[in-house]
Amino acid sequence: MAARTSAAPLAVYRMIFGALMCFSMIRFWYKGWIEELYLLPEFHFHYSLFPFIEVPGSWTYALFFICGLSAFFVAVGYTYRLSITIFFISFLYIELMDKTTYLNHYYYVSCMAFLLLCMPAGSYFSIDAWRRAERASDTVPRWCMDALKLMIVIVYFHAGLAKLNHDWLVRAMPLTLWLPAKTEMPILGSLLQHKWVHYAFSWGGAVYDLLIPLLLLMRGTRVFAFLMVVIFHVLTAVLFPIGMFPYLMIGSALIFFSVSWHERLLERFSAWASSYVSPREGGGTTASPILSVSKSSVMRGLSPYLVGVFLLFQLILPLRSHLYGGSVYWHERGYRFSWRVMLMEKTGNAQFTIRDGQSGKQFLVQNEDFLTPLQQKHMATQPDFILEYGQYLGNHFASHGHQDVEVYVDSFVAFNGRKSQRFVRKDADLMDLNYVRLINHHIIPLER
Amino acid sequence: MRNTFLLLTLLGVLVSCDGDGSTDDGDGFQRATMLKHWADEIIIPSYAHYQQSCQSLRSSERSFADAPTTEHLEELRAAWLEAYRLWQHVAFFDIGKAEEISLRNRTNIYPADTDEIKSLISTTDYNLELPSSYDAQGFPALDFLLYGSADSDNDIIVYLSEPRTAAYLADVVNSLASMSSEVYDSWVTSYRDIFVAADGSSATASTDKLINDYLFHYEKFLRAGKVGIPAGVFSGDEIPSAVEAPYAGEFSKVLLQESFAAIQDFFIGASVLSSIDGTSIDDYLLHVQDRNDLSDISQSIQDQWRVADAAVQSLDDNFQRQLSTDPFQMLRVFDEMQKAVVLLKVDMMQALNIQVDFVDADGD
Repeated sequence: MAARTSAAPLAVYRMIFGALMCFSMIRFWYKGWIEELYLLPEFHFHYSLFPFIEVPGSWTYALFFICGLSAFFVAVGYTYRLSITIFFISFLYIELMDKTTYLNHYYYVSCMAFLLLCMPAGSYFSIDAWRRAERASDTVPRWCMDALKLMIVIVYFHAGLAKLNHDWLVRAMPLTLWLPAKTEMPILGSLLQHKWVHYAFSWGGAVYDLLIPLLLLMRGTRVFAFLMVVIFHVLTAVLFPIGMFPYLMIGSALIFFSVSWHERLLERFSAWASSYVSPREGGGTTASPILSVSKSSVMRGLSPYLVGVFLLFQLILPLRSHLYGGSVYWHERGYRFSWRVMLMEKTGNAQFTIRDGQSGKQFLVQNEDFLTPLQQKHMATQPDFILEYGQYLGNHFASHGHQDVEVYVDSFVAFNGRKSQRFVRKDADLMDLNYVRLINHHIIPLER
Repeated sequence: MRNTFLLLTLLGVLVSCDGDGSTDDGDGFQRATMLKHWADEIIIPSYAHYQQSCQSLRSSERSFADAPTTEHLEELRAAWLEAYRLWQHVAFFDIGKAEEISLRNRTNIYPADTDEIKSLISTTDYNLELPSSYDAQGFPALDFLLYGSADSDNDIIVYLSEPRTAAYLADVVNSLASMSSEVYDSWVTSYRDIFVAADGSSATASTDKLINDYLFHYEKFLRAGKVGIPAGVFSGDEIPSAVEAPYAGEFSKVLLQESFAAIQDFFIGASVLSSIDGTSIDDYLLHVQDRNDLSDISQSIQDQWRVADAAVQSLDDNFQRQLSTDPFQMLRVFDEMQKAVVLLKVDMMQALNIQVDFVDADGD
């Protein structure tokens, strides 16, 4: 734990992360998604552990602004500890507001933000270092670099592991459904029609995910590996609407390069910029400065253990789906937070029936009265969403005077090119169920 | 480093290139071919017919206004029905200019708010473009004015001859006519090319947008609007006043069949100009099925529609009468249409990889 290494790679990582996140927030606002995803819908899907998180009305804009601004401060290293903490909390809050917008990409950002929060990434090549030379340092504990690398390795490992399944490898699904639609692309367009290409992409993707960490770690293959990283992620960016994820992964992969590579990069950067952010002015030397004894040094001592526990958790959590029977793709218990990226195609339709238990009268619900198209799309294929929405409907109509409200759903799902089949048992009264009972007893098993 | 640079350039070329619709792509299904067929053989001719019928409607209205006789009233009613039937064939093209001017909302929102109509007639300054007047114009408003505004035909003629009512009638008819021209013109001048050029696969591509519109129309306006809502599916009690054209009475079934036929014809690509079936959704599905051992979705959908057609056939021409004698038949029609919804919204959407939304995705 006492071993130290150059602070250059961590500083570069911090700057890239902060810059990409700041840009991300601006892009999100610019595309009107704050309004479309958080303000327009009258109903939001909650995470089971955080049911109290609500969208703060028009203050949501302020939330995004704070998030973006703190990301910028992280990038330039201004009041780093405070900025990264604010970024982490605000980003986490944004994510928790509505389960509909869950993306593995956002989860990755949260993980990285947490890791950076535990690291002294603001002590080098930053405004903090420039302003307060006594806090600057051109070294950081070695475990910081290892932790970041390990996080990336875990992500790729689990993503690759997830691809080792029958649909992906033997049926080339879901790529067989996604790729042929891209007929308008030059060069690739016609290639993507062929079945062998679907298999090549499927197997290639799995091999990439599993091998690339190794190739990045080994010095001899590093440049080639980085080339593969760029090709792979740019290809996904071109083929799929996945936003900033590819660029974040490309930026993250730089952490594997050598210390001298990073130091040269920073030298070139500061020569290009100005002398304002020159690390030499920060007064850092090869020996680490004496740090004042304060609460922060207790944190400093705890950090590596905190990070260690976190990474262990990251390694194990994705495996929780194995605790549950059945197909994790079908019932989705344990699907989230397991780095299952771009792994399946599920489409569904859910028609809800409300029954007044006393009068016996029943009627259907038009989902567009309550949910946006995006919410409807996600709701129709995920049992936890169906349950939460169904119970919301039940309570809504109960409050409008209906008695002994029962809620049933006519739910059909098609998975990876299979014919659509009924998903939830049609005689299951959602008002009487909780999540576990729904999953265990009322989801009709997948017909293979 | 040089190899990296070359490879990055190649990738950059790929990323920056836009589809141009005429890429030669061998075995691939050409969305562009389908879009061209849709535009040239279905959409534009359908709008042409609709526009002509609106012009006829307008001239009938003028004749009636000049000489309000029973004969002219009958001609006006006939012109209304003809235009209403042709409207069913363009109603689901909620794209381009039609989307921009909210054509469907200003043409066929029902049940008509008769109180709103009467109050707009009595004021002189109203704006038919406002959302608040959507249910006081279009074909439903004409249905009310021509059939439901008084008890006998003579009383109707008297009512319609009053200056303010006559002015309102003229405005509603003129608005339908001018909107139909506006949309038709936009298609034949610039929009057709824009439509065909966006032949990619994304939430903003023409295929994705139009198929989303098509499905939405089938679910909300055909299945729910014409059948489900009147039959009480969404409210627990029948709502006879919510049928299409309730005042005329005898045309609800005709309009439903017209709309349903338009939906089915579009699916198979039946040309409006000739008797051929061009490239359309059924061909796309067959293409995807052939290569991927998927189930025969196209056939399942068409089979289900045949069942639904038969159920519709058994209904009374007048849906209000049907609801008072045997509402169960309407529910049966709804159920059969509903079965097709699953095949369309789930199986078809998945097979063709139609994008529903614009936000970043994760595969899922």
